[in-house]
Amino acid sequence: MNTHALIANGAAIPLAEIPHLPFAAFQEHIARACGDGHRLVCLTATPDLTGFAVLEAPEGPVLQVLRTTFPPVEFPSLTPACPQAHLFEREIAEQRGLKAIGHPWFKPVRYHQAWGSPRDPWDRQGEILPGVTNFFRVEGTQVHEVAVGPVHAGVIEPGHFRFQCSGETVFNLEIALGYQHRGIERTLQGGPHACTFKHMETAAGDTTIGHAWAHCLAMEGLLDLDVPLRANLIRAVALELERLANHTGDLGAIAGDVGFLPTLSYCGRLRGDWLNMTAVLCGSRLGRDLLRAGGVRFDVDRERAEDLMARLEATAADTANAVELMWSTASVLSRLEGTGRVIPAHAENLGLVGPAGRACGLDRDVRRSHPYGPYAETELPRVLEDLGDVAARARVRAAEIHSSVDFLRWALDVLRTLPPSPVAVEAPRLLPAEHLALGMTEGWRGEIVHLAVTDHRGRFAHYKIVDPSFHNWTGLALALRGEGISDFPLCNKSFNLSYCGFDL
Amino acid sequence: MLKILASRFRQGHRTNHYPAVAPPMPDRFRGLPVLQPGKCPDACHACADVCPTEAITQNGELAVDLGRCLFCTACTDACPDGGIAFTGEFRLATRTREDLLVRPDLAYEVAQALDAKAMAIFGRSLKLRVVSAGGCNGCEVDVNVLGTIGWDLGRFGIQIVASPRHADAVVICGPITRNMEMGLRKTLDATPDPKLVIAVGACAISGGPYLDQEEQWGGAPGAGIHVDLFIPGCPPHPLTILDGLLRLLGKVKP
Repeated sequence: MNTHALIANGAAIPLAEIPHLPFAAFQEHIARACGDGHRLVCLTATPDLTGFAVLEAPEGPVLQVLRTTFPPVEFPSLTPACPQAHLFEREIAEQRGLKAIGHPWFKPVRYHQAWGSPRDPWDRQGEILPGVTNFFRVEGTQVHEVAVGPVHAGVIEPGHFRFQCSGETVFNLEIALGYQHRGIERTLQGGPHACTFKHMETAAGDTTIGHAWAHCLAMEGLLDLDVPLRANLIRAVALELERLANHTGDLGAIAGDVGFLPTLSYCGRLRGDWLNMTAVLCGSRLGRDLLRAGGVRFDVDRERAEDLMARLEATAADTANAVELMWSTASVLSRLEGTGRVIPAHAENLGLVGPAGRACGLDRDVRRSHPYGPYAETELPRVLEDLGDVAARARVRAAEIHSSVDFLRWALDVLRTLPPSPVAVEAPRLLPAEHLALGMTEGWRGEIVHLAVTDHRGRFAHYKIVDPSFHNWTGLALALRGEGISDFPLCNKSFNLSYCGFDL
Repeated sequence: MLKILASRFRQGHRTNHYPAVAPPMPDRFRGLPVLQPGKCPDACHACADVCPTEAITQNGELAVDLGRCLFCTACTDACPDGGIAFTGEFRLATRTREDLLVRPDLAYEVAQALDAKAMAIFGRSLKLRVVSAGGCNGCEVDVNVLGTIGWDLGRFGIQIVASPRHADAVVICGPITRNMEMGLRKTLDATPDPKLVIAVGACAISGGPYLDQEEQWGGAPGAGIHVDLFIPGCPPHPLTILDGLLRLLGKVKP
């Protein structure tokens, strides 16, 4: 019997082509595949409790899609057999009002009532308050608890952190989020709406291009659109600029957290220079309104490409200088090396993605494994480290600055020489009924997944967004085990995860 | 040490000179809209129809509410005759919610300075405590950037502080999610009086793209929080934010 359908990044398939498995067989297939080196890219349930899973094979650009129906009140948890499912199952439970029986860490994700179901999986009475849950506690006369947030000291989004410590040493960190929950996925049911594209751009507003492009890939898959090469090149230029700005800013912030001010100061300004290049593309430093389904809204002509090339060389040279300063300073290295280590086996079990995963030797990069747009035309270098500490995460990001700069040199040169041509095709408003589409991009934090399922009217029955932070917050919690609590800011900065991208 | 000195020499002094000289803005930057209803074809409301946040009113008189406007290009793309267009004007902060309404016949009223009594308290030293309450990290990063050497907020006596106890003003980003309402209210309560409240971005002013979501309150006005300075945008350019702060303190004259 056929157990699954195959789908490529940026494609759509009719729901009828996805075999429907009994729930037990569905879970068994996932558990076996993940034991076999596959990875769980997405696991989700629609309002009518149809379950979908997307699995990535160790090799090849095609992904598996599985379908089932979740039982109506409770379901046996897959997490003990497949830890990668842990947060997906909690999310399904919270959104659909189901209990995940046997889940080892069964807690709310975003602290909201189930959508369209009166049941509460945690049997809470009255108003649901964020951060109210049974936090893990370590008991003992020498043990104390430190609670931080939701309001933090810096200009940063809200989240609650609960540390169990003995003296300075952290035994366990538990992270409770949900403060930023804006109901994006709830509203997408029945969409797209007038604000849908804006919700995509602001799902994680520091990753506007990453999320907007993933959404465009899903929409263009559904509408079977061929996006002009020129538009895809402009999108990729914007995506790499987004990566450069954030990697540069974060390397500066890491330097700042160990008290090395030169790199902090220069990178703070250089981050702005990268953002200003995005503003040259579209007027917005964060890349707002650049993309649309079918292409882009702004062209880059020869003159603009040449302006960007000149800015690229100047900013790249200054960035290399500022970052090199950090690597040649022993007192910085001694603070980064060995700090905040995530054991590679844990990273693999939890399904970490992006630079945090690559710092643990996990070769995961959507641009390489499931190429979209111009990434199919060019070979990006593989950037891997294996120690999984703050230094490894910083080195991965520094190396990615180099590869993004090289990519931009190539992409801008192609843009400069391409003959003028349209940068968008018309996108029809009506989506095909009963299809599933998948859009994946590699944002600066890692893998972004947008999964759209349409109903019989061609509206979204369900739309699932997986920000890389969804996987990686657990990685940060593990990085703190056995660390000094005073190194939390440093470890946190080396991940720099999104709160709103998680809370949606 | 020599490397650090060499790098210091190379990286140079790059703080911009605002307000003496405004840093160059990108040519595609979208600032204050100008409205020319004389160009509108009869009974055309294409701009209002496509606006994702219903910021444009067309009944009787064309007007744009910058408290809702995301400065996207939906309206200008839809407009057949150039009745609506964005300019490069970045000075957009206002003292009242009503002043954010752009109309064809009235000059846009940018923020006036604090009154003499408030100026005596805050004029030479203003400490900001920033709270994100459902913000997307767009407004947050564009406030934060003012602390970098590119902008050097400290030269104006303005500083971002860690504790509300040290703050003179609370800067709100985001539509104020229900899940963050208590955190924000406790922060406001912990900030000593007299204090100012500054709403940065469309979300904090009106809910922005989230204004219809039941998970949020529609920004500070929707949550019943008095606001002393409104800085519109999605997100506002750092220069718009800085200009607003400086106008409030009378460091930029109209």
